[in-house]
Amino acid sequence: MNGGLLKTELAGISMNTPVLTASGTFGFGEEFAEFVDLSLLGGVMVKGTTRKPRRGNAGVRIAETPSGMLNCIGLENPGVDVFLQETLPRLMPYHMNVIVNISGTTVEEYGVLAEMLDVPGVAAIELNVSCPNVKDGGIVFGTDPKAAASVVKAAKKWTKKPVILKLSPNVTDIVLMAKAVEAAGADAISLINTLLGMEIDIHTWRPTLGNITGGLSGPCVKPVALRMVWQVAQNVKVPVIGMGGIASWQDAVEFFLAGASAVAVGTANFVNPHAAMDIIRGLEAYLQEKKLGSIRELVGKMDCG
Amino acid sequence: MDLPKFSLDAEILSQEQMAENVYRMTVHCPQIAGVAQPGTFVQMRLLGGDVLLRRPLGIAEAEREKGTLSFLYRVLGKGTAAFSRLRPGAQVNLLGPLGHGFCMDLHRPLLVGGGMGLSPLLFYARCMEKRADVLMGGRHAGEMFWTELFKPYVSKSYLATDDGSLGSKGFAVSLLPKLLEKGEYDAVIACGPEIMMERAAEMAKAAGIPCQVSLEKRMACGLGACLSCSVDASDGTRKKVCKDGPVFWAEEVFP
Repeated sequence: MNGGLLKTELAGISMNTPVLTASGTFGFGEEFAEFVDLSLLGGVMVKGTTRKPRRGNAGVRIAETPSGMLNCIGLENPGVDVFLQETLPRLMPYHMNVIVNISGTTVEEYGVLAEMLDVPGVAAIELNVSCPNVKDGGIVFGTDPKAAASVVKAAKKWTKKPVILKLSPNVTDIVLMAKAVEAAGADAISLINTLLGMEIDIHTWRPTLGNITGGLSGPCVKPVALRMVWQVAQNVKVPVIGMGGIASWQDAVEFFLAGASAVAVGTANFVNPHAAMDIIRGLEAYLQEKKLGSIRELVGKMDCG
Repeated sequence: MDLPKFSLDAEILSQEQMAENVYRMTVHCPQIAGVAQPGTFVQMRLLGGDVLLRRPLGIAEAEREKGTLSFLYRVLGKGTAAFSRLRPGAQVNLLGPLGHGFCMDLHRPLLVGGGMGLSPLLFYARCMEKRADVLMGGRHAGEMFWTELFKPYVSKSYLATDDGSLGSKGFAVSLLPKLLEKGEYDAVIACGPEIMMERAAEMAKAAGIPCQVSLEKRMACGLGACLSCSVDASDGTRKKVCKDGPVFWAEEVFP
């Protein structure tokens, strides 16, 4: 790493690089410590955390698709109390930005979680209003602009940490959603969460996944994610964290050009545990080659002629 | 204790068909071969091609001096089919060794394996240097190449096939009570279909000896992060097959 070409700041969070890891694909970061210098990441968006522990969905939880995968984990997590008492202290030595992804079943619960997580060691809160895999958590907030805005307001009221809202792609008008959460006070917007999908076993005539439907991620969703990042970035002033199928530094460059101020690596972590490191190195070399002084010079620079 | 993990490209040295849809792949990977323990596994990634996720494969043989690892696997879907088409000289990427292996602190274990579950037991038998016996189960004689593979490393072999074409007819586990009768063994080490392992665990319990089982689940990361492979543990907690297992004491995961 030289000269801090990749150093950036987003919603008040100082980042060594604009490369983060997406919630649900990187555990709490420590699982990847042998492969990734966690302090070099812009942040680790940790596994979705809820008020109470959740055991997640029964049955098969993942399936490979053409150029991607479906998952229906169902927000399995130990709950916020265990996170605060056991997990967070364990993460301190890694000197990384811990961004806690939270899911509530009511608007008030987002406020409760935001307040509980307003503690040293937490860099920001990411509101998950778009988990497609739980009946009682999120999807309503993720597809209705008014509901999404009320979740942002509830969180903002109870925490001084930056609040990031993660948008669902499973909507008709992503810009409408983005504008609503920006107006409600979101400090940044993450997009996209997974696309709702499914698979059927033609021999048994049964759904492959235990939850019937699941969230699609991986390289196959990249064009959709890129398009949505581009649409949102030109319509909001808050920074956008782009994610969806990013597997290489070249993919990441496309997201910056589309208007993302930072990117997050998701499914690629499963394929290559040091994917985020490879992307950081590749981005740095690209900036040097293009003689750019900062990653910020790339953001939103797509030239439509 | 967690073993050091590697993510490395490895060259395929040989690929042979053992039975219909069953293959043995040997790769050169001294780093993983040097530290792998029986019962641990790797996540194998196809380089290039149209398979995205890694596939978990139990380690069937690890030769530290030669730096080689072997995997015995059945073609079940797109990923394993692609593996079976690779030829010597081709490269795969291995992430491993992953998980916790079998208890090595035993004097006279009885190994109970069904089908491809015999694969990690082969590595275990070899490390036990003839102190283990093996009870093998398979579909038919055509799939019982295992008897030759185990022969140099075990003291005694017993076998059963579903159709009776080799050994006893029926489930291998049905032979277990009689084998445990004499009180010769200090543990049962089981790997195979879950129903087989459950029954083996019950019988070991009845005989008053401990039992370890190796679970198999779909998994994406292999590192304990994606939670694809979580299972309910007997104490009410959740366990990750990839990281807390794949080997468990039977009472940890079976009621």
